[in-house]
Amino acid sequence: MNNILVMPMIIPLLTGVLLVFIRSYVLIQRVFSLVSIAVTVAVSVTILNLIQSDGILRLDFGGWLPPYGISFVADSFSMLLVLTTAIVTGILLIYAFSSIGRAHENMFFYPFVFFLIAGVNGSFLTGDLFNLFVCFEVMLLSSYVLITLGGRKVQLVESIKYISINVLSSWFFLVGIAYLYGTVGTLNMAHLSVRIAEVGQGPLLTVISIIFLIVFSLKSGLLLYFWLPGSYSAPPTVVAALFGALLTKVGIYAMFRVFTLIFYHEPGVTHLIIGIMAAITMIGGSIGAIAYNDIRKIVSYNVVIAVGFILVGLAVSTEVAIQGSIYYLIHDMIIKALLFVIAGTMIYLTGTARIQNMSGLIRNYPLLGWLFFITMLSLAGIPPLSGFIGKVYVGQGAIEAGAFVLLAIAFLSSIFVLYSLLRIFLNCFWGETIINEDDDVPLKKGMLIPMVLFGILTIALGVGAEGLAPYVSDAARTLMNPEIYIDAVLNSDS
Amino acid sequence: MKINDVILQTVTKIVVFIILTFGVELFLSGHYNPGGGFIGGLVLSSAFVLLYLVFDIETVHKGIPFDFKKVAAFGVLLAVGTGLGSVLFGASFLTQTASHFNLPVFGATELSTVMLFEAGVALTVVGVVVTIILSISEDV
Repeated sequence: MNNILVMPMIIPLLTGVLLVFIRSYVLIQRVFSLVSIAVTVAVSVTILNLIQSDGILRLDFGGWLPPYGISFVADSFSMLLVLTTAIVTGILLIYAFSSIGRAHENMFFYPFVFFLIAGVNGSFLTGDLFNLFVCFEVMLLSSYVLITLGGRKVQLVESIKYISINVLSSWFFLVGIAYLYGTVGTLNMAHLSVRIAEVGQGPLLTVISIIFLIVFSLKSGLLLYFWLPGSYSAPPTVVAALFGALLTKVGIYAMFRVFTLIFYHEPGVTHLIIGIMAAITMIGGSIGAIAYNDIRKIVSYNVVIAVGFILVGLAVSTEVAIQGSIYYLIHDMIIKALLFVIAGTMIYLTGTARIQNMSGLIRNYPLLGWLFFITMLSLAGIPPLSGFIGKVYVGQGAIEAGAFVLLAIAFLSSIFVLYSLLRIFLNCFWGETIINEDDDVPLKKGMLIPMVLFGILTIALGVGAEGLAPYVSDAARTLMNPEIYIDAVLNSDS
Repeated sequence: MKINDVILQTVTKIVVFIILTFGVELFLSGHYNPGGGFIGGLVLSSAFVLLYLVFDIETVHKGIPFDFKKVAAFGVLLAVGTGLGSVLFGASFLTQTASHFNLPVFGATELSTVMLFEAGVALTVVGVVVTIILSISEDV
């Protein structure tokens, strides 16, 4: 029994509920949300270190033992993501303080951010497939509110697409769960893995696994990303950054969990399909990223490319490649938040989203320019920054497995990322400034501080990858050896 | 033209109490029989929605001066709170317990903590359903 496991979900949930009662006191809301995020970070670090000493932790709700009850299971992989989620959210909240506006703050903005976090953390921690569905729904319902909050026309147009596509994929999820329960008679993930290993993953189960693949692809934007660039460019900057940093990652997490723990017997079918989808995603994302002149569209397509890149690791499925994917997943959560925030700030400063209408921003806002430069290098994977280590490991894994085509596409896509961002950099930051001194919009300190924090994080993650290495290699080892997870859930008494 | 809804209003005044009683009955029976906080909450909220339909929003609001958003939030707080209560007693999160008491009027009664949890669920359902209906009606 480790009640601390439920805290990364319960603290945000309770915070959200309490914030509903104090909606008119904006200052108290801000302080309270920051404190609560800080506590979540502290709890996550504690759990992560507990896992290193005690192995995988499990909490059975209400004392009902698995496979009958519902459990939360924390391994290094899920806790690394929970921790990153909490940190990214905390920094984005600081950005929200100075950018989101009073109207949002009074209309339950903070509560829904916290409900979103509760859903995200719940999805990372749960050990039950149906509970995963429920946590997905908690997350999605909050995201529906956040995407429509404000009610501008473009938001409503995009939210209709966003909601219908997600309702459809949730329905598929439910159908997949029903098929799976009808076939093997359990929904506990570890128990599922045992039963499927016993009966063998025949054609029927492989088809069911492809239903799950479709569901998680829709959620994470793997190949089925047609809804993503529109939806992610409609809401306010902070919300877009939260979505870009967290939501697709939950889909990716679910895909990793399901295809390393449950459906890992037929890599010739499922992992091949994932590989092909990842390749097409990277190609499509690259084309999108250089095709548009709208800065929001460009950064949204960058999310798509990263999804493809991370899933190369799963498609290849060697321990090194999975390590690379985990590094890249953590890196991507931080850097995409930073990228979205910078893009949103540029739009705030210039009042336009088209890159040909901006010029010479680095003269007026030197720090913003240099931060964008760091982001660009980090995303491209230049050594001292955080993108490098993930790319190296994914590349190494791809070579080990002999997946050279995938490797070529993955690294070519990095060049497209670099090119798409260089285009922004050359157009918007270089050249003669077109802002005269009278129209100069001051860059608020409250906007700059979170960006600098993200910048420090990406450098620290790159330089300090050594410190993260034991956690990541433990996470990859657990993913590659499902019996460790199964043993912790079904055999140990906690 | 003003619609004559005397019959509807008169019937509603009686029917609402039947619905409310039935809702409570469903809520209480949920421990061992079909029912429970979710279904009980839905029936209870249908009584409120009927009131809102028959009388106008202001009149009902005078009689039931609650902010239903806060009712929903309080429900979640209660449900999660009972879960955390078990943590305080050193048991797993959401552990429930029950025991028998001899109450003056009811005689031997089983009281369980899951009642509090279900009450939270019921309040959440009532709060959310009424909030949804009210926000839809504001748009029309």
